[in-house]
Amino acid sequence: MDFERILVTVAGELFAPTTAAYALAAIGLNIHFGLTGLLNFGQAGFMLLGAYGFAISTIAGWPIWAALLVAVACSTVFALILGIPTLKLRGDYLAIVTIAAAEIVRIVGRSTALTNVTGASSGLRGDSYKQTFHALSPFGEGSTTIGPFTYSNSFSNSWWLRVVAWVVVALACLLVWRLMRSPWGRVLKGIREDEDAVRSLGKNVYAYKMQALILGGVIGSLAGILYVLPRAVQPDSMGRPMTFWVWTILLLGGAATVFGPVLGAMLFWSVLMLIRVVGRAVIPSSVMSTAQIEQFGWIIVGVTLMLLVIFRPQGILGDKKELAINVR
Amino acid sequence: MPPAAIPRRRPTASRTATRRRSGLTGVLLALGALVVLLAPPAAAEATSCSPTPTTACLSGTIRTADGDPAVGVELSITGPEETSAVTGEDGRWFAEVSAAGAYEVAVDEETLPAGETLRDPAANPRTVTVTLGSSAGTLFPLGEPSAPSAPPAGGSPDAPAPPGDGEVGLEPGLDAPTQGSTGGSAITWGRVAQQATAGIIFGTLLALASVGLSLIFGTTGLSNFAHAEMVTLGGLAAYVFVQIVGVPLLPAVLLAVLVGALAGWVQDAGMWKPLRKRRVGLTQQLIVTIGLAITVQYVFQFFFGGGSLRIVRANPTTIPLGPVFITTQSLIGLVVGLLVLGAVAYFLVGTRTGRATRAVSDNPALAAASGIAVDRIIRLVWTIGGALAALGGVFLGLYFNATSWNMGATILLLMFAAVTLGGLGTAFGALVGSLVIGLVVELSNLVIPSDMRYAGALVILILVLLLRPQGILGRAERIG
Amino acid sequence: MSAEAVAALAAVPHTPGAPKPDPILVADHVTRRFGGMTAVDVQHIEVQRGTITALIGPNGAGKTTLFNLLTGFDQPNSGSWTFEGRSLAGVSAARVSKAGMVRTFQLTKALSRMTVMENMRLGAKDQPGESLARALVPPLWRARETEITAKAEELLARFKLYEKRDDFAGSLSGGQRKLLEMARALMSDPTMVMLDEPMAGVNPALTQSLLGHIQSLRDEGTTVLFVEHDMHMVRHISDWVAVMAEGRLVAEGPPGTVMADPAVVDAYLGAHHDTDLGDDALLDESVARQLEREAAAEEQAHEEDQR
Repeated sequence: MDFERILVTVAGELFAPTTAAYALAAIGLNIHFGLTGLLNFGQAGFMLLGAYGFAISTIAGWPIWAALLVAVACSTVFALILGIPTLKLRGDYLAIVTIAAAEIVRIVGRSTALTNVTGASSGLRGDSYKQTFHALSPFGEGSTTIGPFTYSNSFSNSWWLRVVAWVVVALACLLVWRLMRSPWGRVLKGIREDEDAVRSLGKNVYAYKMQALILGGVIGSLAGILYVLPRAVQPDSMGRPMTFWVWTILLLGGAATVFGPVLGAMLFWSVLMLIRVVGRAVIPSSVMSTAQIEQFGWIIVGVTLMLLVIFRPQGILGDKKELAINVR
Repeated sequence: MPPAAIPRRRPTASRTATRRRSGLTGVLLALGALVVLLAPPAAAEATSCSPTPTTACLSGTIRTADGDPAVGVELSITGPEETSAVTGEDGRWFAEVSAAGAYEVAVDEETLPAGETLRDPAANPRTVTVTLGSSAGTLFPLGEPSAPSAPPAGGSPDAPAPPGDGEVGLEPGLDAPTQGSTGGSAITWGRVAQQATAGIIFGTLLALASVGLSLIFGTTGLSNFAHAEMVTLGGLAAYVFVQIVGVPLLPAVLLAVLVGALAGWVQDAGMWKPLRKRRVGLTQQLIVTIGLAITVQYVFQFFFGGGSLRIVRANPTTIPLGPVFITTQSLIGLVVGLLVLGAVAYFLVGTRTGRATRAVSDNPALAAASGIAVDRIIRLVWTIGGALAALGGVFLGLYFNATSWNMGATILLLMFAAVTLGGLGTAFGALVGSLVIGLVVELSNLVIPSDMRYAGALVILILVLLLRPQGILGRAERIG
Repeated sequence: MSAEAVAALAAVPHTPGAPKPDPILVADHVTRRFGGMTAVDVQHIEVQRGTITALIGPNGAGKTTLFNLLTGFDQPNSGSWTFEGRSLAGVSAARVSKAGMVRTFQLTKALSRMTVMENMRLGAKDQPGESLARALVPPLWRARETEITAKAEELLARFKLYEKRDDFAGSLSGGQRKLLEMARALMSDPTMVMLDEPMAGVNPALTQSLLGHIQSLRDEGTTVLFVEHDMHMVRHISDWVAVMAEGRLVAEGPPGTVMADPAVVDAYLGAHHDTDLGDDALLDESVARQLEREAAAEEQAHEEDQR
């Protein structure tokens, strides 16, 4: 077994753009669930909409800032459509509506009827929308090796993307930190605990929930852009499982904490990678095929999610006393 | 309120349970035997292969872009059995298997002759359906990639596989041809009748699958996202009994239902009851069901692979029924489904236990106070729900012409739509809701592209929640 | 001012729906049906400004439902009402509260996983930092936060919760939560407070101080309307009593008169005529001291539970 190679592969996962994208998506979900108590099971829908919005408008020739605005606008409208009817209803209705709505986005996106726009189920090729982001890179062409890690400077899965992705994650953490410690965050926390009490104190609960839904959704759409920048927009890779991984990450790190989503994402992807590389190195293929090792990894994820929710719902960083999952 | 602190159930309950348990021991043994059967045989390198009634062959020839045999290319074959193959001097490879089913054949690209690449890397691995006593050919053309079908660039080495990878092209409901014709042509009465028939059949099967979801929600308040896995379990169990054990279809259906009932019983006994006792909140329990769904789906994929599995090998026979055509399997499914649903309805209305179930659904606290053993009812609901889901799973597998590790998951939201439409927690609502959803799914084919038909049903789900959140049959007071 | 308001009630006839000289809340034809059952059907009710009015009645009389309707937590089938001359029918709960009518709940809604101080701060109004954009710029809300905190400390001290200010509200005893909820309601300086069973679950030692708080509220000019089952409390502190039965307003008047009214006793107790409504004898010195000792022991036990 080549320990060094395994270690490098796993460590590379810690700061991979995908990890950052998932951390950011979990930060968005944290605003929904951790701060406000909204059961959003459609975070992948926000991400997919952001990715489509960004990619399609870039392909149409729009500059990067306009493409970003389109992504933000898409997720805002999506949040409004989901929120207006459901935020007045019981919490689990939002759960069913968001999961269904995210599924609708995916099904419509992969439909052959929209092949010209979304590329149907094969999606949109990465090359077709990466150039504007690539062009902004100050790092130039070629690739750079830092320690054991070698990546391209600017293109696709690059150092440039890593820098941008983690700066965005850091800014999002800062935002959450600021908001959690503000009177606005206090109202959200109150809503999470008991929205009738907050209503009786003269706060417009509905408006607060809507703000939280939109803010978390917009962050989710940015995460979607980060997620597709090193690859392609493929609707089927951004379905329900993605939402569930984001949930696992949030609950692993700790809901209602600032760094929980980041820690969760790093742990999630590096441990998953560890299982895969060690599995491939140790388990003979006659016992478990490569595909089965991968599936084994996901089985571990599922079991972890169950155990976590039952035995340590506050996650790694959370405080049991401030447990975010409502005990109803 | 979680009906956790409920007086002890009466002794009869444990007696019934014991009886049920002994009845199920046989099933457990059968499952144990299966595991043995499923254990991968030692990989044998074959130089030739001829199928016998109990074996089947996988074979193919790999040639370079110039048409010369590609020698020494390694292939791995996974599925009900695992084996491997290497191409010989003539570029041919063979593998012998003794179990039918879908196999995944993968070319190890590292072993291709220097400079050679697969013409279509997306088609590696390929899924091949193998039937005993025959040979199945698999081709892997080499050469320059034919551009558009290649996966888009950017699947970087450090990036994790797309999490939804299993879903790609594996949605039987989306891709498999259904009884109706596909969208596009003009709407005629004949087509409407055909689609409506398909809708009623699909709706009935959906009802079988979702009655349990509704009853479980009603009695425990839990939105069970893992209910779909009991549906899949039914389909896979039927596949195992028919294709691997070799039981005829009808007994296999019964066995699959037993497996489903057992799964429901075990789940409640091993997991949900303890969680209720621990007073784990409903939101937490909901997330636990998601974790369970993930786990079970990948366990299925681990053992059965990602391909689709046909419960019955023979192509379905179609019989004309007035203006419409219907397959015998669907007809049987429809009839059995209606009979079983009728029995469930009778159980709920006409029997003491059934009335108790509805009472618990209405108000667990009140039911407990009036002497109903709520925990026993909940256990019963889980068992019946599991059995019905498995039955629905078998027939859905026949209806879709194949089952797979995520068959249930693809219709999970349709089940939620049906249950919500009919009124969360009301069993009869689930029946009505399922029929409506079945009809909507199949009839929407007439006006929107068929790959978007599930979206139509989900739009309805959302609209129902907007306009009448208590559902068609629900009562307004239940909300909030 | 409150003394005058109370005095003015002397001239009010003792009939259901009687007009008051200076009503702060006037409701007309308020009905609420659940399925076939009519939970509330109040033709006319007025609440005198600056007084303590008790709303009593047997279980299921529709008291809490009426509360929910008036405060925007439930929607009536019909009816209209005004608060300080403004129509509040169909107005959201949050706006009702902003208009100056703040309520508490029968089952306390202390936000248990927030500290006592955070609970209090949440009750304040006009905090600019509660808007999303301004929340990001602390200088815009720090000053107001300091004011709010000072006010909260003062109220907590008055309600004997100052020591608990940094504890999670969930760690308080039932009675302390009631106190906290009341104190939190006062953070916004309401003109009228609606207390839903303020005494339910409160141990007798705290009862006395709660009564004191309610009376001092009235003396400071706040109007109090409360639902209560505890007849001693009703008799002790209310200036006026309204009685509901089966959704309707059946009697009104000063506590002494109403409780002696055979119609009320009938509506209230059905056959149990012999039961006393608010017998003062139970509250003599020795009994009160005994109750206080029990309460203290209970409190201590509770605190040990927390540890």
